[in-house]
Amino acid sequence: MTLVNMAAEVPENPLFPPIPELVIGLVAFFIVFGILAKKLLPNINNVLDERRRQIEGRMEEAEALQAEAQQVLADYRAQLADARHEAARLRQEAQEQGATLIAEMRAEGQRQREEIIAAGHAQIAADRKAAAQSLRQDVGKLATDLAGKLVGESLEDHARQSRTIDRFLDELEAGATKAEAGR
Amino acid sequence: MSAETMLAFDANCHLFIPGCGFESPGLHSFVFEPLFTVGGFEFNKPMLLALLSTVVVVWFFWAAFGRAKVVPGKLQMIGEAGYDFVRRGLVYDALGKKEGDKYVPFMVSLFFFVWIMNIWSIVPVAAFPVTSIIAFPLGLALIVYILWMSLTFKKHGFVGALKNLSGYDKSLGWVLPLIMVLELLQHLLIRPFTHAVRLFANMFAGHMLILMFTIASWYLLNGIGIVYASASFVMTIVMTAFELFIQAVQAYVFVLLACNYVQGALAENH
Repeated sequence: MTLVNMAAEVPENPLFPPIPELVIGLVAFFIVFGILAKKLLPNINNVLDERRRQIEGRMEEAEALQAEAQQVLADYRAQLADARHEAARLRQEAQEQGATLIAEMRAEGQRQREEIIAAGHAQIAADRKAAAQSLRQDVGKLATDLAGKLVGESLEDHARQSRTIDRFLDELEAGATKAEAGR
Repeated sequence: MSAETMLAFDANCHLFIPGCGFESPGLHSFVFEPLFTVGGFEFNKPMLLALLSTVVVVWFFWAAFGRAKVVPGKLQMIGEAGYDFVRRGLVYDALGKKEGDKYVPFMVSLFFFVWIMNIWSIVPVAAFPVTSIIAFPLGLALIVYILWMSLTFKKHGFVGALKNLSGYDKSLGWVLPLIMVLELLQHLLIRPFTHAVRLFANMFAGHMLILMFTIASWYLLNGIGIVYASASFVMTIVMTAFELFIQAVQAYVFVLLACNYVQGALAENH
């Protein structure tokens, strides 16, 4: 068929739809619709949702990290404050202990000094007593010797001799005590 | 098929050649010889292009979304942009996110299918907008019409649907019967018709213009006629660029109207 003949044909009304084209058009569209609606668009929707979730997830993660960081900072500050308190308390305690120690040592020193003084006093008293004892004997012997020389051998009797001497010395002592009290 | 039957005019005919007139394009430019015939079924070029549109749309979205990743590749990004354009720009805008989500796959398919069918107009070799054959836009308009009507009757019940479709409003008083007749006519007959014809006529006219200037450029190309031919050729380029724009706009409008009809069906009362 030549083109001139074709042009001479009376074409159908262009607004009258040929049925085969209608069917092909519908089939063609439903293939597109079917594949897009069943497979490809759900595919991309899942991916878009996943992307949104991930972005939101990262934001949540960042918020969680920030909260954690703040928590850690607060903890550190609390620990620092505790440490300062502890240090202050230890200093205080040390001062108190030091003061107690000094007081104790002072008391101990006092006690030892008094002990030493007391011991000295006792020693002195004992020495004095021993000296007095020894003196009494020596004086008695001297006096006896002297009296023996003066009065001969009459004073041989020891017992008498002793009594006499003691009496004499007691009188002497009483005289000394009396003189001391009178003073 | 010879080169002669591929072209819609006599290639040896030029200006100033006696006995050789300008063969203007016309309705016959939209009638195609069958590429092959299977048992009385004539398979022609627009059908082939319609099926190729399916292949192109499915191929593109398969490549873009087939193995979609959270971190998208280039093709997936483009696909997402197109998907979001229809989803947010058309569907959510008209129907809201909650109601609209159900209709997103339909509208996305519709938009890209129509767009690719239009685009064949300026693709070399194809050079024919499938939607300039009324059957294709009419089929799609029918699907939208059936969806719209079934939604209307499902949502409002029989009486409610009739009220919805007739714009029933008591406050109109005595003009109400007139309004009801007009509204019913508009909703039941005119809307689906214009929905299909708007797309068809735009593509039809666009194709006519491109065809006209293309044929003229060739026809005028003889002697001094080269000046006229150049002007005509420039117009061909301009019209091609313009068509590229119109193809997208018409696909957009087609889906926009589909969204509006669905929105009207779901609306409480209007």
